Amino acid sequence: MPPELGLFLRFQVQRHLSAALRRPGDIFNPLVFFLMVVTLFPLGLGPDPEVLADFAPGIVWVVALLSSLTVSSRLFQADYEDGTLEQLALAPHPLALAAMSEVLSHWLLSGVVLALASPVFAAMLNMPTQAIPTLMLSLALGTLCLSLTGAIGAALTVGLRRGGVLLSLLTIPLTVPVLIFGVGAVREAALGYDPSGWLALLGALAAGGLVLAPLAAAAGLRISLEL
Amino acid sequence: MWTFVHKMGSPPWFYRFATIMIRWLLPTVLLALLAGSVWGLLYAPPDFRQGNSYRIIYIHVPSAVVALAGYYVMAIAGLVSLVWKIKMADTAMRAVAPVGAALTFVALVTGAIWGKPTWGAWWVWDARITSMLILLFLYLGVMALFEAYDDKAAAAKACAVLSLVGTVNIPIIYKSVDWWYSLHQPASIKFTGESAIDATMLYPLLLMIGAFYALFALLVLLNMKAELLQTHRQSAWLRSELR
Repeated sequence: MPPELGLFLRFQVQRHLSAALRRPGDIFNPLVFFLMVVTLFPLGLGPDPEVLADFAPGIVWVVALLSSLTVSSRLFQADYEDGTLEQLALAPHPLALAAMSEVLSHWLLSGVVLALASPVFAAMLNMPTQAIPTLMLSLALGTLCLSLTGAIGAALTVGLRRGGVLLSLLTIPLTVPVLIFGVGAVREAALGYDPSGWLALLGALAAGGLVLAPLAAAAGLRISLEL
Repeated sequence: MWTFVHKMGSPPWFYRFATIMIRWLLPTVLLALLAGSVWGLLYAPPDFRQGNSYRIIYIHVPSAVVALAGYYVMAIAGLVSLVWKIKMADTAMRAVAPVGAALTFVALVTGAIWGKPTWGAWWVWDARITSMLILLFLYLGVMALFEAYDDKAAAAKACAVLSLVGTVNIPIIYKSVDWWYSLHQPASIKFTGESAIDATMLYPLLLMIGAFYALFALLVLLNMKAELLQTHRQSAWLRSELR
């Protein structure tokens, strides 16, 4: 990568991170949402620890998917509203790189934080402790994929008035493989087997998504900006 | 041949082409559907294991095949419109979406109707059924995205991008659901295996598949013609056509 593009990426990520860190609510609210929804499941399924342990990987992953959808709608919103997105689209640097910087900073503050906090939720749902490292790794990789697919949906709906539900509608079918591989990895680990196959597939989705999703997001952004 | 392709990008030429095609397709489709249905429902032999309830295959399989193919037609039309900026390709993509969604729905419902006597359940989370359900969601997503935009030109571009993203995802989704299903095999449901199908059952099925492809073409052309009638209702060429 020529040094100029690397500098651009780093500067954009720093800008997004410092803007987001000024509003700690944006980081904590999704975590609290996660905590509350995880609490709803035992209330719905019953307190039997065996049942909860059985469903724990699925519950944690589905809630992670839903919370990533709720935060994805904010992905390009701020930059779209104050005109920065238009300037980025007109800049000589690839718009895909700007989109990637947005996704990376968003992932660092939502996905990685979630992965680090996940042992708490695993303990609440009585997940076997041997599965917890796999849970954290799969969530870290998986939330990257979810942020990438969320970015595609967000890019297509950023200019729309009621884009929130539409975003979920568009993004959920694309996230099905991530959910399947993520839960697969955690279930394998919970049973004591080796989850590396599933994690490798998650990694492949993340790698492919990191290359292709910013391009799709950039195309979506140009359409939303009518450029 | 390229002249023909270029001509199809022009609304007056396409309108005349569509009118001629519909005039030929309509009787063909009706005849083929009638022949295939009668052959399959009345004259094909009953199945060894399923008796007569397997006959819904003559609607279920063709609609599923064409629904899957239709998604690729929509995605390719979107690609053509994005790359070569041909507006008729936009119209084609928008015309395919509801037809494809309807066919997917028919496939799912006929599958459920077939499943009740065969497996004892209206719905099973089988790999193919789940993938078809996600295909329905993808179609509905494209339709919803088009409705959400006020600027219809931008809407068409957005739908093209979404269909292309979905195209990349369909093989991944199918394979992942396949692995998911094979690892979570439910013990009680016995999935009737794909036995080699006899010629007396195969030929009506092939006829019905062909009939459904022709039906798909007919419905898409009708949709496109309706779209042209609405968009170009003020133009001189259309008024002279309708006179």
